[in-house]
Amino acid sequence: MTVTSPPQEPTAPPPVRRPGDRIFSLSAKGAGILILVILAGVTLFLLAESFPALTAPAEEIPGEGGLASYVWPLIFGTLLSAAIALLVATPLAVGIALFITHYAPRRLAQVLGYVVDLLAAIPSIVYGFWGIAWLAPRLVPFYRWLEENLGFIPLFAGPVSPTGRTMLTIGLVLAVMILPIVSAISREVFSQVPTLHTEAALALGATRWEMIKMAVIPYGKSGIIGGAMLGLGRALGETMAVAIILSGSAAGITFALISSANPQTIAANIALQFPESTGIDVNTLIASGLVLFVITLLVNMLARWIVNRRADFSGAN
Amino acid sequence: MSTSTAQGPATDVAPAPEQRPGGRLPRWAPWAAFVAALAVAYLVGLATSTNVVLLVIYTVVIGTAGLYVASRIVEGPRRAVDRLVTCLVSSAFGIAMVPLVSLAYEVIRRGVLRFDGEFFGASLVGVIGEGGGAYHAIMGTLIITLLTTLISVPIGLLTAIYLVEYGSGRLKRAITFFVDVMTGIPSIVAGLFAYALFVIFFGAGIRLGIMGAVALSVLMIPVVVRSAEEVLKLVPNELREAAYALGVPKWRTIVKVVLPTAIAGLGTGVTLAIARVIGETAPLLVTVGITNGTNLNPFEGRMATLPVYAFYQLTQPGVPPENAIDRAWTAALILIMLVMGLNVVARLISRFFAPKTSR
Repeated sequence: MTVTSPPQEPTAPPPVRRPGDRIFSLSAKGAGILILVILAGVTLFLLAESFPALTAPAEEIPGEGGLASYVWPLIFGTLLSAAIALLVATPLAVGIALFITHYAPRRLAQVLGYVVDLLAAIPSIVYGFWGIAWLAPRLVPFYRWLEENLGFIPLFAGPVSPTGRTMLTIGLVLAVMILPIVSAISREVFSQVPTLHTEAALALGATRWEMIKMAVIPYGKSGIIGGAMLGLGRALGETMAVAIILSGSAAGITFALISSANPQTIAANIALQFPESTGIDVNTLIASGLVLFVITLLVNMLARWIVNRRADFSGAN
Repeated sequence: MSTSTAQGPATDVAPAPEQRPGGRLPRWAPWAAFVAALAVAYLVGLATSTNVVLLVIYTVVIGTAGLYVASRIVEGPRRAVDRLVTCLVSSAFGIAMVPLVSLAYEVIRRGVLRFDGEFFGASLVGVIGEGGGAYHAIMGTLIITLLTTLISVPIGLLTAIYLVEYGSGRLKRAITFFVDVMTGIPSIVAGLFAYALFVIFFGAGIRLGIMGAVALSVLMIPVVVRSAEEVLKLVPNELREAAYALGVPKWRTIVKVVLPTAIAGLGTGVTLAIARVIGETAPLLVTVGITNGTNLNPFEGRMATLPVYAFYQLTQPGVPPENAIDRAWTAALILIMLVMGLNVVARLISRFFAPKTSR
């Protein structure tokens, strides 16, 4: 106790301060602050590098229409593919989560959970390989059928792409890729439903589905929404699968999902163009990356807010 | 239970008027329905075309419909809907298995074609057409992943320690929130960040192995923080208090008591984090580029990495495309094996290094 009154620190002072303690706590705090610095750095460096594109005259941007008209079709493609993925994946993921938490035998449930999580472990480029070599050719007959029977809807207007490398294929591949995260979060929320709620419903004579409808879904609703939003964030930023399947077909804005002319997404466009770009083109691509960053940031913050808001009241049952 | 039957026995047997009392399908009814559906589907399939996918779809649809109708007649609408939902939920799981199984099958089938010694021993220097390998890409992936781990684990672990052991108030909340936000950064944006950072020092068009490591670290750090934080929270407070009571300084408590207790979980978390970044392609595409020769120095020039190698072999295969495409699939197979291997290692770590429960 001879060491008295070392320099005071802003953190709450413990009774004895040793140099080891100070070094350790400061480095831990420093690492935490470094993360904030990195995130700020991502924003700043992207801004700095996209600045030349923001100020450049419209003719110098690829396509010669200015930055907005360059980025807008890409934003459209990004949102369209992510929307398809979300529409397909959310009901499936909720079904999977229900199956694992409420239908599968107890003993199997954990193993089935691992199996679904395996989908998340597969690298995105391998999904691209699978999409172009396995899925796309098998979807062509289905697309033909869609065109023949539902061709009057603009979404399914022909001519059908002979390779199957279309917007709808991308949407389906993305749906598979976001399936694990959406179902994982739904699963977590479903397994947290108070047993009292479910047993009360069953005791009143509800069938299993009525119990799920009355107790599980209302309790897990915000979890499903939050999980879907996180999945959306992932689908928006997905790069390699889209780049492989949609390479070489940038067609601007079109809602035709099964023709060979498809809009490109921001991330895939960067991956395809960046290696061969120089000068102002690079800055333009970085500017489009900044747009993607802002969109995913907003989506993710909203998702986290929804999921965390639920966490606050879950204990109060 | 006894009270409810005492109040109204009718609620238990026939809760709704439309349900026929006592009517239940036998336990084997669902199986019978699907076997019958398979038979019907087979006949329909004979009429049109024999396609396994169509056969399965017909079976599931006809079986579900048949079971619903039978249940509605015998058991009433409420149980019929219940059975319908059971079928739907089970098929949702079945649908999710289709991509997993077909992907594994396709990658293994096409990947084994070039899964040979030359693939692991040779680079692509001077290779036109047949032969060649991915030695340079495998080494590049290992080096860059190692560097990424060296950058990410200390930062991630220290941040987790800060959040669990020291942090309080606004800074802790901010870090927690932004770590969550960071997990959502698209991988390509992380790559652009590393490029934008290094361009300032090295000029336009720069490609270095270390840039890839920086980009991957942006993706890996939040994963490490998240998992380490979860694990450190599980360490019982009694252990810390026991150490404090013996006069052990806080930092030694963390290093000697908290971390060893959590070591299994930390190992698992780090391994899974490595598995997550080892297959990342997009950030490496814009920061490290690709080369045909072997470059083992991450601070000098372009490097080849397995995912980028696979991408270029598939999309720019050259004149006889088959050879390069075969190489691409083998690279994809090795990637999957790496990721799955790391996942298995992670599970083994958590099994064998778990703290002894008999304290």
